[in-house]
Amino acid sequence: MAQILKMVGQRLLLGLLTLFVVSLIIFLGVELLPGDLAQAILGQAATPETVAAFRRELKLDLPAYERYFEWLGGMLQGDFGRSLANQREISELLGARLENTLFLAALAAVISVPLALTLGILAALYRNTLYDRTVNVVTLTSISFPEFFVAYILILFLAIQAGVFPSISNIGPDIGFWERVYRTMLPALTLTLVVVAHMMRMTRAAIINLLASPYIEMARLKGLSPSRIIIHHALPNALAPIINVVVLNIAYLIVGVVVVEVVFVYPGLGQLLVDSVSKRDLPVVQACSLVFAMTFILLNLLADVLSIVTNPRLLHPR
Amino acid sequence: MAAALKLLRQAPLTAKFGLLVIFTYIFVALFAPAIAPYGETEVVGQEYEESSPEFLLGTDNLGRDMLTRLVYGARNTVGIAFVTTCLAFLVGGILGLLASTLGGWVDLGLGRVVDVLMAIPQLIFALMILTIVGTSVTSLVLVIALLDSTRVFRLARAVSMNIVVMEYVEAAKLRGEGLWWIIRHEILPNIMPPLVAEFGLRFCFVFLFISALSFLGLGIQPPTADWGSMVRDNATLITYGITTPLLPAGAIALLTVGVNFVVDWFLHKTSGLKE
Repeated sequence: MAQILKMVGQRLLLGLLTLFVVSLIIFLGVELLPGDLAQAILGQAATPETVAAFRRELKLDLPAYERYFEWLGGMLQGDFGRSLANQREISELLGARLENTLFLAALAAVISVPLALTLGILAALYRNTLYDRTVNVVTLTSISFPEFFVAYILILFLAIQAGVFPSISNIGPDIGFWERVYRTMLPALTLTLVVVAHMMRMTRAAIINLLASPYIEMARLKGLSPSRIIIHHALPNALAPIINVVVLNIAYLIVGVVVVEVVFVYPGLGQLLVDSVSKRDLPVVQACSLVFAMTFILLNLLADVLSIVTNPRLLHPR
Repeated sequence: MAAALKLLRQAPLTAKFGLLVIFTYIFVALFAPAIAPYGETEVVGQEYEESSPEFLLGTDNLGRDMLTRLVYGARNTVGIAFVTTCLAFLVGGILGLLASTLGGWVDLGLGRVVDVLMAIPQLIFALMILTIVGTSVTSLVLVIALLDSTRVFRLARAVSMNIVVMEYVEAAKLRGEGLWWIIRHEILPNIMPPLVAEFGLRFCFVFLFISALSFLGLGIQPPTADWGSMVRDNATLITYGITTPLLPAGAIALLTVGVNFVVDWFLHKTSGLKE
């Protein structure tokens, strides 16, 4: 037990360190810009007075380390500063959008994780049959599709021709839960198609790896029933890689929503990020990047910790 | 030559299909001006014209010929992705080989830098840098090449680590051969197969990545014909049930599928895996 706690503690410390370094990079990225940031954003036509005023507003006249700690301190207290484009509080912009993005990712995860695990286990059990080969080719193909291609095909068939789902996700604060699920369905299905292939292939590989190992052979020779072999012998050892790939794909879902949100005009964090990048609204881009990077790192950390905690070799040390 | 032909005949159907796709794209990209009926940025008709003998696939949102843009897109989109992948391999490959042969502080330092770069999701990182440096083709290529070189670095380092400890590398060192000679003559030939396969996969990834950025309006900028931005510009047509905007997206998908099939076959051949 002490060993597990130590390993988890190490991972947590490492994760915190990574978070710190990443926040430093997101902050310093702006500093490393050759020349003057204010000049670069305002363009060549700006007068020296506007540039000076802009520098004051961004607090560029203070030394970099002071600004970094002020920025980081603000972030930790939920104060993200103001947007350059419309002077609104960034935390105000982020709140509802982050919730929408998480809702979309959660819905996609609820559909895709059970689907991928079932398909993967079936492919492992019936490997080298027609079913396995078909699934293999189909998943290889779907990995290769750009997200917007999948999205528009779904729009064409499910929204335009069949008219089952709306092609634009118009999410407001006052709609009910099921209405919200209904309107989020198409983007969630797109994301599902994008991530299922990867999860399914990894599940299949993890189980096939295990079924070939000697202790499974031993269990089979002892005459145990197939279901007992899979549940009591194979699954505990296959759990770590499977949990890992599931959590990593959920991390991908939260971060990879950017393109899908733009296609469906879904009011999420990704859309805000893309808008801010084209407006070169730096404070908003920094805030969005930090939120995305944090979510990504925390989920990676969770994957690490979960695979340590569920590892039977560590749970039952000799 | 005969051996190559024999190998090709024995290839599975998917690999043959992939090779056919790749060579078609290369052909179209090389001879784009000869194949395309009009000029790349030439406005030849009304906006959103339907397909006719004059414009086989209709016209786009500015009245340019869709087929022409599609053909030139092969040159621009695929070309830029190819250059980016080559650059990523040059940087990542060389650094990875250096890290594994030199070891010590070089290895440790490079490894930590790559760890940090990989901790941030790639798309977010790219978007952030593009905000700062602005969207131009040069910055696009440099940013994506840098981000992708981290993956190449990891692989190149990992596979050459296995070779560096071999006796013949030790012997070459004792003979007094230089660092570059050892890398070129002893290590590189031995790690080629995984690197070639990775090149295919990386190319797909870079290609999809650039298309996604262009689709978001942050990649290849107009008036250059490019598949990602073509989808974005003409997406409204899809709501009327017209499928032409799906063609550039399909072109992207077809090439990545083709490359993936070929890489799959190549990996199967070189690793001798028979699952």
